[in-house]
Amino acid sequence: MQLPLMNGGRSQYPYRHLLGIEGLSRSDIQALLDTAEDYVALSRQVEKKAATLRGRTQINLFFEPSTRTQSSFEIAGKRLGADVMNMSVSSSSVKKGETLLDTAATLNAMRPDIIIVRHHAAGAVNLLARKVDCSVVNAGDGAHEHPTQALLDALTIRRAKGRIEGLVVTICGDILHSRVARSNIICLAALGAFVRLVGPSTLLPSEVERFGVEVSPDMRTGLAGADIVMMLRLQRERMSGAFVPSIREYFRYFGLDREKLSFAKPDALVMHPGPMNRGVEIASDVADGTQSLVREQVEMGVAVRMAVLEALARHLPNE
Amino acid sequence: MSEREFDRTGPSQPVLLANARLVDPQERREFHGGLIIKDGLIAEIGAHLATVSSLDDMREKMRIIDCLGHVVAPGLVDLQAFVGEPGAEHRETLASASRAAAAGGVTTLVCRPDTHPVIDDPAIVDFVLRRARAASALRIHPSAALTKGLAGREMTEIGLLKEAGAVVFGDGHKSIMNSQLMRRALLYARDRDAIVSHFTQDETLAAEGVMNEGEFASRLGLSGVPKVAETLVLMRDLALVRLTGARYHAALISCAESLEAIRAAKSEGLRVTCAVSINHLTLNESDVGDYRTFFKLSPPLRSETDRRALVEGLSDGVIDAIVSDHDPQDVETKRQPFAESADGAIGLETMLAAGLRLVHSGEITLPCLLAALSSGPANAFRLPPANLVVGSCADLVVFDPDEPWIVDPSTLHSLCKNTPFDEARLQGRVLATLIGGEFVNAVASSLPGL
Repeated sequence: MQLPLMNGGRSQYPYRHLLGIEGLSRSDIQALLDTAEDYVALSRQVEKKAATLRGRTQINLFFEPSTRTQSSFEIAGKRLGADVMNMSVSSSSVKKGETLLDTAATLNAMRPDIIIVRHHAAGAVNLLARKVDCSVVNAGDGAHEHPTQALLDALTIRRAKGRIEGLVVTICGDILHSRVARSNIICLAALGAFVRLVGPSTLLPSEVERFGVEVSPDMRTGLAGADIVMMLRLQRERMSGAFVPSIREYFRYFGLDREKLSFAKPDALVMHPGPMNRGVEIASDVADGTQSLVREQVEMGVAVRMAVLEALARHLPNE
Repeated sequence: MSEREFDRTGPSQPVLLANARLVDPQERREFHGGLIIKDGLIAEIGAHLATVSSLDDMREKMRIIDCLGHVVAPGLVDLQAFVGEPGAEHRETLASASRAAAAGGVTTLVCRPDTHPVIDDPAIVDFVLRRARAASALRIHPSAALTKGLAGREMTEIGLLKEAGAVVFGDGHKSIMNSQLMRRALLYARDRDAIVSHFTQDETLAAEGVMNEGEFASRLGLSGVPKVAETLVLMRDLALVRLTGARYHAALISCAESLEAIRAAKSEGLRVTCAVSINHLTLNESDVGDYRTFFKLSPPLRSETDRRALVEGLSDGVIDAIVSDHDPQDVETKRQPFAESADGAIGLETMLAAGLRLVHSGEITLPCLLAALSSGPANAFRLPPANLVVGSCADLVVFDPDEPWIVDPSTLHSLCKNTPFDEARLQGRVLATLIGGEFVNAVASSLPGL
C-alpha cells in the first residue's frame, strides 16, 4: 500500500488499493460512504453515466464463482465509464501460488487500471496486489475479508438508522468461514457500533471474543436489544454433520424466524449478504418482510463500489 | 407374560415400610426407621416409624409392611443396558428387561443407542419412550447416538434429540476415532448443554484382540487388547474436554491408568464423570479360564491389580457409577470359539448381589456401593435424584444384604442367559422393588404385610 496522500481540507480515501477494512480509519470509511451517497442518487436517475473512469480498463478476476458481486462491480465500473472485462477462472483448474502469480503477470502486461479480485485463499489478493502495477480491489479472499460488502452494509445501516455509532449489531451464523463477518466486525467497530456474534461454537473462530465482540451460542441472548440483525449464509456442505448436524436443527436454533426476531428491538432491521438459503438461516417471511433491508443492500452495493472505484482512480497515473 | 399398559398414577392407599435399615447414599445417612409412601412419593420418613407394634393405630389408614430390619434404599439407576428394542427383540425386549431389572432392584435405566435402527433421529427416541411406557413400569431413558448411524463421520441432531428425551449422547460400544469430529461434537454438545458419553477404545490398537493383553492371553493363544487402547482415547478425550468445556462421561473404564486420568481431570475441575461395569469390579482376566465365552467382554476383564484399583476408585468417589452393561447374547453367538463369540454379559438381575460381594469382603461400605448404584449415576446423567427425602419419587429397593443364593440362569428373567455369575454363590437378595410407590417386584411372603 502507498502512503496516504493529503488533499486539501476534504477527507479522501488515501490508498492505492482496497484490500481490506483492516487498517482503514474511521474517516477513510466515512469518506467512502459519503461519496457513495452521491452515487446512490446518480444510480436512481435515468442518465446513470459518469465519466470518472473513461478510458480506464477494469478487469474482474474471479477465481471463485460469483453472480452478484461480479455483476455489481461490472455495473459500477460501466456507470463510471470504464471498459470492464470479466475473467472467471474456475478454481479447480488453477493450482495455487505459482499460477496465481503467472496470471497476475499476464494481466499486468495487458495494462489494466483496476483489477477486482476474488480468490478462495485468504491472502491471495494481497499477494497479487504486490505483483501488479495497477490498483486492486479485494472482492473476497477466502475467510479473510470482503471490504466492499462491509462498506455497503455500513451504508445501508447508516441510511436506514441515520447513524451507526451506538447501535447494537448482531451477526449470526457461520462466522468461522465468513469473510463478510470479519470485514463487518472491523468496519462496524471502527464506526462505533457494538458488535455481537451468535452461532454454534463449531462455527465460531478461535478466540474471536478478542476481536472486541460479545459472543453467544444462543439467539435469545445474542439478539436481545439488537438494532440490526445480520444473517450469514451457511454453505450446504457444512450443514450435514461436520459443523452442524442438519438443516432442520440449524434452523431450529439459529434460523431467523418471526419468533427469534422478536428477541431483538421492535424496530430491528434484518440484513443478509445473499444469496439466501430460505428455511436454513432465514425464514422467507422475515427475508421478505418489512424489517428486511436485503434489497437495499444490493442497491447500496453498486453505489459503494462506484465510490471505491472513484477513490482508487484518483491515485492512477494520468500520463 | 403379556405386555400391558402400566398405570403410573396407581391406587393411592398409602404404604408404610416399617422396621427398615434406611440407607440414603445421596444424603450419606443410614438409620433404623420407616417411611410412608403416598401418591407415589415419599411422604414421611423417620426413626419413629421403626417399630411395627407401636404403629397399630395407623393400620386402618395404610398398608404396613414389616421390613424385618432389611435395607430400604433408592432404586438402582443403571446408566448402560441393552434392552433389545428396536430391532433385537430375540435378545431382549423392553418387557423382559423390565422384569429382570425389577428382580434386580433396578428402577431406572438408560438404554443404549446401538439398536436397529440406531437411535439417531428424534422420531426413534420418541418411539422408544412410547414403547417403554407401554411395555414397562421401569423408568427408561434413551441415550442417542453421537454420530449418524454410529458411522463416526457426522454428528447427530444433538439439540433435537435432547428435546425429544435423549439424556446422553454416545456411540454405544463404538469409539469415535476421528479427533476433529470428536472435538466438534463436544463443542456442539456444550452449546446444547448435552452430556457426551464415550466408550474409549482405539480401534487399531484393539484390532483383533479378544481379551486383556498379557500373560493369560499369551498362554491361551488369544490376541490381546492392551490397556493403552483405552487410555489413549480417554486421554485424547480429556484433552478435548479441556479445550471445549463439554460435559463428558467415560462410559466404561476398565483399568487403573484410566482411573488416574479421570481422577486428574476431576481435580482439575473438568466436568467429567465415569462408570465401570459390575463385571470389572468383581471379576478379572483369570476368570476367562478355559475359554469361557460368558467372560468375553468389551472392554475385556483386566488384571486383579486393575480390579482392585477400580474398587478403590469406588471408595474414594472417583467412579460415579456402576453399570450393569447388560448385554444379552443368544446361545448361537456365545457357543463359539472364544475369539469368534460375541462380547457381552447380562447383569441387570445380579448387579446388586454381585456388588454386595465387595461389601461382604470388606472392600467397600454399603452406602458407598449404593451411592455408585443409585445417587451417583443419577447425578452423573442429571436424572431425578435418587435419595430418601420427603417429596422424592418412591423408587425403592428392599433387600436382605446377607441372604445367600446360587445363581441359576434358568430362573433369570432376561431372554438370554449369558451371565458370568452362572452357578455363582452370591449373598444379598432383592425382596421388593417399587417404582413410584408401586410394587413391580415382590418376593412373596418374604416380608410380613407384603
